[in-house]
Amino acid sequence: MAEFKKADSMLEWFDQRLGVINFSKVMMTEYWIPKNINFLWAMGALLMMMFGVLLISGIFLLMYYKPDVALAFDSVNYTIMHDVAYGWLFRHIHAVGASVIFLVIYIHMFTGIYYGSYKKGREMIWLSGMLLFVLFSAEGFSGYMLPWGQMSYWAAYVITEIFGGIPVIGGDLVVWIRGNFYVSDSTLTRFFMLHVLLIPVVMLGAIAFHFYSLRFPHVNNEAGEFFDYDVEAEKYLAGDKKGSKVIPFWPVFLAKDFFVMGVFLIFFFYLVFYYYGFAMDPVNFDKADGLKTPTHIYPEWYFLWSYEVLRGFFFEMFGISGKDLGLMAFAFANGIFLVMPWLDRSPTVAPANQRPYFKIWFWLLMIDLIVLTIFGKLPPTGANAWVGFASSLSFIVLFLALPVITTLEAKKLGAK
Amino acid sequence: MTDESRRGFIGKAFGAFAAVGGIASLIAMKKTWDPLPSVMSAGFTTVDVSGLEENKLEIVVWRGKPIFILKYSADMTPTEGRNIKIGDHYYSVMIGLCTHLGCIPAYRTVKKDFKCACHGGEFSADGKETFGPPPRPLDIPPFNLDGETLVLGEEGEAYRALVAKA
Amino acid sequence: MKELKILAVVASLVLVTFYGIEPYAHHVMHPEGKPADFKFSDLKNVDTSLKGDVTAGKESFVNNCTACHSLTADGFDPMMSDADSAAAYGVTPPDLSLAGRIYEKNFLANFIFDPVTATKVEHKYPANGSKVYPMPAYSWMGAQEIMNIVAYLESVSPKAIDEAGLASLAAKEERTLFDVSREQNAEVFKSACGRCHDMKYGGLSATTPKVTIQGYMGSTPPDLSQYIISRGSHYLDGFINNPQEYLHGTGMPRVGLSEQAQAEVIEYMTQVGDPKKTEREELGPKVLLYLLIFAILAYLWKRKIWSEVH
Repeated sequence: MAEFKKADSMLEWFDQRLGVINFSKVMMTEYWIPKNINFLWAMGALLMMMFGVLLISGIFLLMYYKPDVALAFDSVNYTIMHDVAYGWLFRHIHAVGASVIFLVIYIHMFTGIYYGSYKKGREMIWLSGMLLFVLFSAEGFSGYMLPWGQMSYWAAYVITEIFGGIPVIGGDLVVWIRGNFYVSDSTLTRFFMLHVLLIPVVMLGAIAFHFYSLRFPHVNNEAGEFFDYDVEAEKYLAGDKKGSKVIPFWPVFLAKDFFVMGVFLIFFFYLVFYYYGFAMDPVNFDKADGLKTPTHIYPEWYFLWSYEVLRGFFFEMFGISGKDLGLMAFAFANGIFLVMPWLDRSPTVAPANQRPYFKIWFWLLMIDLIVLTIFGKLPPTGANAWVGFASSLSFIVLFLALPVITTLEAKKLGAK
Repeated sequence: MTDESRRGFIGKAFGAFAAVGGIASLIAMKKTWDPLPSVMSAGFTTVDVSGLEENKLEIVVWRGKPIFILKYSADMTPTEGRNIKIGDHYYSVMIGLCTHLGCIPAYRTVKKDFKCACHGGEFSADGKETFGPPPRPLDIPPFNLDGETLVLGEEGEAYRALVAKA
Repeated sequence: MKELKILAVVASLVLVTFYGIEPYAHHVMHPEGKPADFKFSDLKNVDTSLKGDVTAGKESFVNNCTACHSLTADGFDPMMSDADSAAAYGVTPPDLSLAGRIYEKNFLANFIFDPVTATKVEHKYPANGSKVYPMPAYSWMGAQEIMNIVAYLESVSPKAIDEAGLASLAAKEERTLFDVSREQNAEVFKSACGRCHDMKYGGLSATTPKVTIQGYMGSTPPDLSQYIISRGSHYLDGFINNPQEYLHGTGMPRVGLSEQAQAEVIEYMTQVGDPKKTEREELGPKVLLYLLIFAILAYLWKRKIWSEVH
């Protein structure tokens, strides 16, 4: 190691020891983002902010929460909501934040699908993103149990019961997950551990990986255009900022993100103060009672579409019981987005509105998901059950048809 | 060459040995997640039915649920597929949760039936719904017979025979 | 402009989904019940236009009611402890000090005439059934005598303190208006609900012991601490007025509260179940104003930065 010369400034002192100047270039001022983007490209920064908000509000809730079936309900609804200064605010932020973060996740995800940002080198971005989706879902589910209300209990009961449908090991697996034959104290405490430690730690790693995976293929842009980043970056650094196709992460890209955050936060805090009921279900303010099933059991809104796929198959077909068909469809629905890059057989990277067949497929998928979500909440009786069946079946058909549609589209575009 | 292959062998052996340690740790972790022994033993409730009084409801707790055990008196007629014979007596063994909304019905010794106070559902002594909103008879938990001892949580022959007849 | 179009598309997809899973789904799952009827117009056994005589009413009251009921406001103290009277009757008989104020007049008169039909619990006490309502019907009494008793109960009932009175009381005792108002509402709650229901977060437990009430009702009546959130004031308003209409077959009797008394009970449930409501509603606008300024500044900064690259 070369000898250190005496530093002339604080910056130099740190730079000698940590290489901060080069580091900030790589991470901020010379991390290049395409210029041709819209506000949908701010969802990543929004998610990072929401993750921070949930982490911080969660830390304060953790100071008073008690993971014990005898104490949990009152520690949340009395201690935190009534006694702790601003405890109610942190709980509202945490509950509403957990719900709204899924809205941003879905927008982020479908932006990626719309602009084809999952293929031609960007597969790892997509896969790590889907891994994060799974982790956030597990985090949401485990956290929902903690207030130990009626919905906490019965959602935990119904969802863990799903694993019972796995052949051979199902029954034992359910008992193993719960740590008891029914949802009980051991279930609450282990899900508490998952929620506050294991899953968040894995999430931090997955987030870092997701960011890292963006480095090589670069961020996609509104036109799906491929260009040489080095050439454009040089242009920018040489002073041709208007002519260059790229902008630096700091300050240009983040300047836009901060504005989007500002608008989003107005929406978010409006919900926190005035419209929090959708994220804090009234039924959950009845203490958990294993001997009393609520009239309607439904998961949080962000699980509704896959929940509806699960219960959409309510009758026997081909000699397979409705329950098993539902489980298979449920497994399909939760796994299929993962292989999106390989289902889309067209090499074109372009927004959906410039792709004749994919465009139709995309909007059909959106409609189907909305129908599934809405009917996932409605009681599955009468005509509702059939709408559920039709939309669940359409979901599967849409994904099975995707390779065919995109192959035909590639031929058509290639022929032009 | 031999040096390289020896290095290769030692590397592989080291890797394999480390993997064994890893797997062993995973097994230990899996066991830490297992239900505790106290939970497992509580999962199988044994009841000695020989000492029960006739026409008096015995309630035991099994896996967080109340289990009704009712010893029939001589004037009560057993139902095929609902009652089991242990020794010289017939019994009803049922999960004591109303199949409507999960309240716990009460046994009325005079009328020899169950009445759910929550929404007025009624069940006969063998657990069949006779009045009100309940959609189906009271559920029968898996059990096994060992002489005059009832083991709740095990699927025994008597249980399978009962379910087959129902 | 293009960005606004994209925003409009995203927002409309979100709004459609939101409408389906919130207002619409709740409308399907919880159909609107009949609105509250504070006249209890289905009860017509007693002619309530008759003017009651307070003195005669007190005499009838002593002859017919004090064997079971106390009325501490006029010097009739309870004869047994709550637990003992609960054991004797199934549920602790109410102290009637507030009866004249909190029960609607027509309901009260008809309740004395026949408690079972007034409270709508015929399904629990069918005629010729083995179970008998703890209080006998006074249908043999003339309408005039019943109205005398009602007049007497109304005359001894301490009047509710109005808002100005509460404010001066708060000033005198150096307590917050919230506390004194909650204390006054708690008295109504105790009379109307407190014999069966706990209000844990308000420090109240049912005056009837748990074991007794469970035998009497079939199950333990729930703790009402969080009912203002889990049921909401709108539902409670209809439910308390007529439980059978909202939860068919429930063991809960119709209580017959007057409109004002019921509002006081619901206000008490809010004060206990959602005590931070005022704080929340005060902080909200401030935070939103801050964020509005934050967003405007962020926009101006973004414009400045992006003017160099566009």
